[in-house]
Amino acid sequence: MNILKLSAAALVASVAFAGAAAARDQIQIAGSSTVLPYASIVAEAFGENFDHPTPVVESGGSGAGRKKLCEGVGENTIDIANSSSRISQSDIDTCKANGVNEIQEVRIGYDGIVFASDINGPEYKFTPADWHAALASKVVKDGQLVDNPNKNWSDIRSDLPDQPILAFIPGTKHGTREVFDEKVILTGCEENGTMEALKAANNGDEDAAEDACMDLRTDGVSVDIDGDYTETLSRIDANKNGIGVFGLSFYQNNTDKLRVATMGGVEPSVETIASGEYPVSRPLYFYVKNAHLDVIPGLQEYVEFFVSDDMAGPNGPLAAYGLVSDPELAKTQEAVKNRTPMGPLN
Amino acid sequence: MTDAIAATQGKAALSGDARTRRRHAAERRFRMMGLLAVALGVLALVGLLFSILSSGLSSFRQTYVTMDIYLDPGILDKAGNRNPEDLAKVTTFGYAPLIKNSLAKAMNDKGFNSQLEAGPAAELVSAEAPAILRRYVLNNPDQIGETVEFNLLASGRIDGYYKGRVTMASAELDRNISPEQLQLADELKEAGILTTRFNWDFLTAPDASDTRPEAAGVGVAILGSAYMMLIVLALSLPIGVAASIYLEEFAPQNWFTDLIEVNIANLAAVPSIVFGILGLAAFINFAGLPQSAPIVGGLVLALMTLPTIIIATRAALKAVPPSIRSAALGVGASKMQAIFHHVVPLAMPGILTGTIIGLAQALGETAPLLLIGMVAFVRDYPAAPPEGFFDPASALPVQVYNWTQRGDPAFVERASGAIIVLLVFLLLMNLIAIILRRRFERRW
Repeated sequence: MNILKLSAAALVASVAFAGAAAARDQIQIAGSSTVLPYASIVAEAFGENFDHPTPVVESGGSGAGRKKLCEGVGENTIDIANSSSRISQSDIDTCKANGVNEIQEVRIGYDGIVFASDINGPEYKFTPADWHAALASKVVKDGQLVDNPNKNWSDIRSDLPDQPILAFIPGTKHGTREVFDEKVILTGCEENGTMEALKAANNGDEDAAEDACMDLRTDGVSVDIDGDYTETLSRIDANKNGIGVFGLSFYQNNTDKLRVATMGGVEPSVETIASGEYPVSRPLYFYVKNAHLDVIPGLQEYVEFFVSDDMAGPNGPLAAYGLVSDPELAKTQEAVKNRTPMGPLN
Repeated sequence: MTDAIAATQGKAALSGDARTRRRHAAERRFRMMGLLAVALGVLALVGLLFSILSSGLSSFRQTYVTMDIYLDPGILDKAGNRNPEDLAKVTTFGYAPLIKNSLAKAMNDKGFNSQLEAGPAAELVSAEAPAILRRYVLNNPDQIGETVEFNLLASGRIDGYYKGRVTMASAELDRNISPEQLQLADELKEAGILTTRFNWDFLTAPDASDTRPEAAGVGVAILGSAYMMLIVLALSLPIGVAASIYLEEFAPQNWFTDLIEVNIANLAAVPSIVFGILGLAAFINFAGLPQSAPIVGGLVLALMTLPTIIIATRAALKAVPPSIRSAALGVGASKMQAIFHHVVPLAMPGILTGTIIGLAQALGETAPLLLIGMVAFVRDYPAAPPEGFFDPASALPVQVYNWTQRGDPAFVERASGAIIVLLVFLLLMNLIAIILRRRFERRW
């Protein structure tokens, strides 16, 4: 009986309190799991150096984050969406429909996408054309479009190691996959001439040829990884022939287990990505709801702190973790200070 | 006649006919299979525990650097007026050189062989150290200009070196640590500056970002889980018990109560993510409760636990013999008196066991929390309840999930450590359930 009475009292108390939720004083962030480590580094430093609480950073994916951002204006919606790809027109339309009119687009830097295999395995020197020849469902062989016959890397180019082809690539729900498709497979398709053959086969329809280029073989040679990079790493650990696709920062934290491959003769590093020599990279963004700037305490400071030279500069902790610093950071700092909302997508 | 019986009996008892032998063999086979099933189960459990304990126990020990640090007024207080506002302007980036300089001085004073520059040497100390220094200086501005002894964490790789995760050979290839740094660490260890000891911080500290795995702890997660369990207990116990008492003792038996019964049984089998979707729609979007808060997590988990509690409570009430009710009614008690004075106290052990099992299930749940924003990087402790119910918090299973996704290998150990903490909590809860049952159980 006593327990019953006690819990009944607690129930009444908690229901009474449910009505009196206090105003939110911490920043709420959601979005890309690629941006998450950077955002949590900044959030941690922000909490240590400012009189505001540490922001709460959720992951869940770029798309989910932008959707949450566009749910509306108010304290129970998030303030910032992290994104590893650019916002789409449909997101902007949703935002407008829900009264989120002004959003700032902040580019924080670039993320390199690297190809790495087991540390004890052979060294790989790739070109995008090799990857297309290895993974595409149709390739050109002796002037004919045929189903991909390549079994070993050496079938593609004789100076590649004589190892079975096995690739662990990000699943389609990852933003990384889009970059991989576009900058590696599609580029490779053009480089090795398959594009021309496909265009001819599709009666000159370029879009259909591009889609056919990015159609990957389904005979188990290319494995989609829907989990995160830790899963890719354990797959390579179990299958030493495998080559995985990783983010630069993940690779840099595991250089004792992975051997990175060069792409087009360039080894990926913060420097080669910043200079544009290494071809496979993408910009990372976050989107801020301007209507929250003066409502949520510390939001403006957080945004400015994120892109400050101390954090996002070439010698800051983000670069040390693997983010490629944006050469136009000063421009971003200026825009953030003026709260410049983003213009229409071009 | 009697001879014949004795003869057949004697024969059966000694050797048995073919059919008896087959029956005995079948029984032996069944027992063997049963034993095998138990053995497989135990083996799986031992394997699981071994893998978790072997990779997780090391997270309870940590390597620390104990060193004297000169709080240089030239860096910390250029104006020289000890004005708290001016002091706060020096960020943690400004504090990093203090550690570098002090470590270089210590290396010099003790005559180390290491030829390491001050910069790489300072990487032996956790990136959290400047924040600790800054907090100390802001709280004790009068200490500026003094030399103070600090107990700082060593960086994750150095810690990994003493736990066998990092070796000289792997450091050769590792971009984040060099063999020279490990040699310096060995010298520091010899000089007593570097020590490895029990790590309370793992249980009390909040989560940390990817650059400092050594500082990450489960403090916020434990608080968040505890708050949610409080809310689940306070909501689902009274509601669940009241509902089952009514259904079991008062409700008329008709198609409507049958329908309710079937629905409760179904609800118990609904995937937990569905409750998360409901929580997002009902508590956050409609009721306007804050995101990432234990109150919402608790409400969602309470909904999830209710069917478990109702089913357990009804079973416990059913198990009370009808003679108890009849006797109470026979001496003139009202129906309510009979139930609350006699039936419910007797059913209490069963009710509490069911509740605790429901709570334990809720404690390990991650999926519904994903949708209400609790799967997040949270560093600030929630306030004391009841206000703290509305502050952002994490939860133990969420912390495990988050850490398994991090890039730095040191987080693997952390994740296993958090699983150990979670297992200890589950064990405690089940222990309480057993004790309650033993103490209050009545047999007829």
